[in-house]
Amino acid sequence: MKILIVDDERDVELLFRQKFRKEVRSGSLELCFAFSGNEALELLGHENPPKVVYVFSDINMPGMTGLELLKNIKERFPQINVSMISAYGDSENFEKAMNSGAKEFFTKPIDFESLRAEIVTLISQHNSQSNG
Amino acid sequence: MYINIISLILLYYLKMPLGLNTVSEEWKRIFNGGMIASVALLALEALNIPLLDYLFSALSYILAALIVYVSLRNPELHHRKGLIYAWLPIMGVLLLTDLTEFISESLYQSLEGYFGTVKVFALIWAIAMWINNTKQRKALELERRKTEEKEKEYKITEAIKEQLEIQVAERTAEIMRQKEELVVALEELKAAQEQLIHAEKMASLGELTAGIAHEIQNPLNFVNNFSEVSTELLQEMKVELREGNSEEALEIAEDVIENLGKIAHHGKRADSIVKGMLQHSRANAGQKEETDINLLADEYLRLSYHGLRAKDKAFTADFKLDLDPNLPKIEVIPQDLGRVLLNLINNAFYAAAEKKSMLTEAKTNTSTFIPTVTVTTKKLKKGIEIRVRDNGNGISEEIRSKIFQPFFTTKPTGKGTGLGLSMSYEIITKGHGGQLNLESKPGEYTEFIIILP
Repeated sequence: MKILIVDDERDVELLFRQKFRKEVRSGSLELCFAFSGNEALELLGHENPPKVVYVFSDINMPGMTGLELLKNIKERFPQINVSMISAYGDSENFEKAMNSGAKEFFTKPIDFESLRAEIVTLISQHNSQSNG
Repeated sequence: MYINIISLILLYYLKMPLGLNTVSEEWKRIFNGGMIASVALLALEALNIPLLDYLFSALSYILAALIVYVSLRNPELHHRKGLIYAWLPIMGVLLLTDLTEFISESLYQSLEGYFGTVKVFALIWAIAMWINNTKQRKALELERRKTEEKEKEYKITEAIKEQLEIQVAERTAEIMRQKEELVVALEELKAAQEQLIHAEKMASLGELTAGIAHEIQNPLNFVNNFSEVSTELLQEMKVELREGNSEEALEIAEDVIENLGKIAHHGKRADSIVKGMLQHSRANAGQKEETDINLLADEYLRLSYHGLRAKDKAFTADFKLDLDPNLPKIEVIPQDLGRVLLNLINNAFYAAAEKKSMLTEAKTNTSTFIPTVTVTTKKLKKGIEIRVRDNGNGISEEIRSKIFQPFFTTKPTGKGTGLGLSMSYEIITKGHGGQLNLESKPGEYTEFIIILP
């Protein structure tokens, strides 16, 4: 299962790779990264249909914001789940994200346990789907 | 008899002023006495008393001689010399005639014809002298009048001068009072300016706070996350070691080392942000120090972006950094230059966002417009250049001249102090000997250009 993480902070990649080290090694999870909204859309547009099934995106990024990216993805790839990660856990952003079809809303600092739980559920769903 | 008449004439004229020359009251009294004496002698002679007649005649000559003597000897009466010389010949002839007659009647009679001739000449002399004296007197009189007029004029001038001096003194006092008032007003203004500058600093600090919070939160998250993940990795490493998988263990160790590097990096990042904030709020004048302008530009661009982002959730914009890698470090006051950058960048974001909201209100197709702020640095032959460009609505020609004036703002009341750009201008020109210029095309872009030596 392939997931995409979008954040303008490049160290996020290292962090995620280490956090999901086991899952990546076992082959149950594949991670890819984009550092801006445009980069993410390019990456998704590259494969048809995209292998990515889940996108985690930061909201606060220069250029295209996470919320704009969310709308774009939902328009072009409605099958992909998108969850938002934001440093600003305010209700306004939360409402906007949920109204635009976000699956979950995580606040920074990321609680990796809940994130892992989310991903683990995804993996099991994914496996059962591909098995079925 | 004649001699007394001459005495009378002489005394009369001696009493009178001649031009500027006057005689004292004492002399006048003496002359009056002389006149009474000569009148008395005239009267006594007229009585024709035999024998005494000679005595009166002698007294008359003595009086006349006295008058001549006194007039010629006293410096005070020198101006009447001409008068005396005019009458002296005829007086001498009269004396000679009388003396001759007194001594010898026959001699007198034989010489009478000569005496008559001499008398006529003496009389002509007297008249000529008199005419001459009169002329002189008139000239002197004229001179006296002129002098008097001049004196009058002088007095008038003096009076005017005095009046003027009084007026000048009054005006001077008035001006001094006004000056004092102005000095006080200036002091008050200076104090007010200080307060405003401080307020502006605090206001920009307020704008910074949200950005700073975000900027600190990010590295702190990394510090926390990387330390957590490192703990997990080390626990895994223990397991691998127990199982004898040294390859795996070494790999994990490499990761942990990398993570510790990241922790240090993000710790320093937070540290420098806090330092920057402290510098920014410091009231006293900062010191010039060698500064990496690229780093400073990057830092303040981010602070500004995140600050605005945090304040306004709807705010969206793109920013670009185009930094010259060969930019030399230069001597600047970092917190002052930072304040300028923050101000220019905030304005740029504001302008670009304004255009976006204008387009949105006008319901035009906004998807093509992305508010963008670009910060460019460039090494010049002499010094460096920093450009802050936005793709907002630009600045019209008429506003352009006012834009660096204190208290000029186009922002709504309460949104801007109107001091940002004027302070930026001061900092760049006076503080750093640089230039702050502006290029703009209404409707398309605005670009502020800082040139630092």
